[in-house]
Amino acid sequence: MASRYIANTAAEQRQMLGVIGAGGIEELLVRIPAKARLSRPLSLAPALAETDLIRHMKGLAARNADADAHACFMGAGSYDHYIPSPINHLISRGEFFTAYTPYQPEASQGTLRTIYEYQTMIAELTGMDVANASIYDGASSLAEAALMAHAATERNEIVLSRGVNPLYRRVAATYCEGPGVRLRDAAAPEGVTDLATAKKLVGPKTAALVVQSPNFYGCLEDIAAAADIAHAAGALLVIAADPVNLGVLEAPGRLGADIVVGEGQGLGVPMGFGGPNLGVFGAKKDLVRRMPGRLVGATVDRDGQRGFVLTLQTREQHIRRAKATSNICTNVALCALMATIYMATLGRQGLIRVGELSTAKAHYAAERLAKVPGVSLRFGAPFFKEFALRLPKSPERVVAKLAKQGILAGVPLKTFDRGLADCLLVAVTEKRTRAEIDAFADALGKAVA
Amino acid sequence: MTSIPKDLKYTREHEWAKQEGDRVRVGITAYAQEQLGDVVFVELPKVGAKVTASKGFGVVESVKAVSDLFAPVSGEVVEANGELQQKPETVNQDPYGRGWMILIKPSNKAEWDQLLTAQQYEEFLKHGGH
Repeated sequence: MASRYIANTAAEQRQMLGVIGAGGIEELLVRIPAKARLSRPLSLAPALAETDLIRHMKGLAARNADADAHACFMGAGSYDHYIPSPINHLISRGEFFTAYTPYQPEASQGTLRTIYEYQTMIAELTGMDVANASIYDGASSLAEAALMAHAATERNEIVLSRGVNPLYRRVAATYCEGPGVRLRDAAAPEGVTDLATAKKLVGPKTAALVVQSPNFYGCLEDIAAAADIAHAAGALLVIAADPVNLGVLEAPGRLGADIVVGEGQGLGVPMGFGGPNLGVFGAKKDLVRRMPGRLVGATVDRDGQRGFVLTLQTREQHIRRAKATSNICTNVALCALMATIYMATLGRQGLIRVGELSTAKAHYAAERLAKVPGVSLRFGAPFFKEFALRLPKSPERVVAKLAKQGILAGVPLKTFDRGLADCLLVAVTEKRTRAEIDAFADALGKAVA
Repeated sequence: MTSIPKDLKYTREHEWAKQEGDRVRVGITAYAQEQLGDVVFVELPKVGAKVTASKGFGVVESVKAVSDLFAPVSGEVVEANGELQQKPETVNQDPYGRGWMILIKPSNKAEWDQLLTAQQYEEFLKHGGH
């Protein structure tokens, strides 16, 4: 039977079977126990015509509660920041919209240059000397930073704040298991890292102290104090930061961070139901040889013209094999391009404005929501654009109820921390309007009444 | 023919070793640096680190390759050539002099006799050097 999707013909199949001396495809499957095999055809619905299929798919998609049709107050690592129109137009150009990172400098100057620009902007925002061409997401960036600190210091323990996104912590645990790096948790009982405890945990075995700011609960951490604790013990300070906030917040590098990582999704990358995301990774210059990931450098060709090439590739596994700095040999070039266009479109002032609006609206929302009877702010620490609310009724039920009214109220924290089962994490970006926030407060009031 | 000083001992991985009192100074040979081409980075162990004969103690990186450095003898690193951090090209310019890498306090004197003499190393290079 000819198939539209299987390239070889019946004649070719017979030829191949002849070469290996088999009578038919069925003969290749006899070793599979009968009970493990499906004895009837797959029960698939009949094929649809393209118009019917599109209608069907659109119907399915319409059942999603997406951020275009709802007021989105969900965050927890993925944020509904505005995506300027030029991004989609520019990334759709054939020169950029390829499935793979082009490596050859003689054929890829445009792509290499955008990556170089990306690295430069990220380095400037984070206060690092150098940034790589990106990693998969915030979680893998943080885990790679833990391994990098382990390699750079030749020490075997990482002290990880419990204020760091729990999903990042789980990815770090997975990465650290193989090389035998021990993770030790520093508590964050009141929404921020308990630095006195962290200080006790950080010692001569500590490769790095890892803190996120603003952390998973939206609270700002004392980065400079964390830096003092890490450096006094000869350890590195790894800071996870959201670069979109860094138009307003001080660059972690200027506060003492040695490695800055983070989720760059807020820089013009769609939330996309969880990915693809953008792993931001920057480091101080003396650590560059331990840095994972691709790196684009500027150089001059033999005619003295400026050009861009992949550089310091001897860190990478296609040259250094098992001794490479990491298994990362690629980057999310298209997402990094979105971020590059985002930063170039907004510019310095635009990024400051996004940060100012986000934090101002978040504080307005916090004030408004905390006035709802029975609702209160869970933590007292200063926050940026996200905060935890304690609700008098099940956060899961409240979220379900408000979704029906066009409001994505936030992320219930029970899944992440049982001790916060009565809490809802609420994020507010510059996109939220006063009307939306007021409507949220009214709807919340009714839902918990 | 590349230079092979008579007063040094050698490894099959192209390191040289020089007895200095009860210490052993280590670097890579003129042949090694020629093969590598322009050296752009040298990674050396910290003072106090333990090294083991025939095991890697560091990394030398050139514009075209990256290679492990192997310890000729076991012992403790008592000095590392910090100048190579800023001027890795010294390895190309003066491999047996200012381009030295580490100074070892050996823990097993018998290992010294296992190393190649200048004559043996020259033979080894004539047969391809690997």
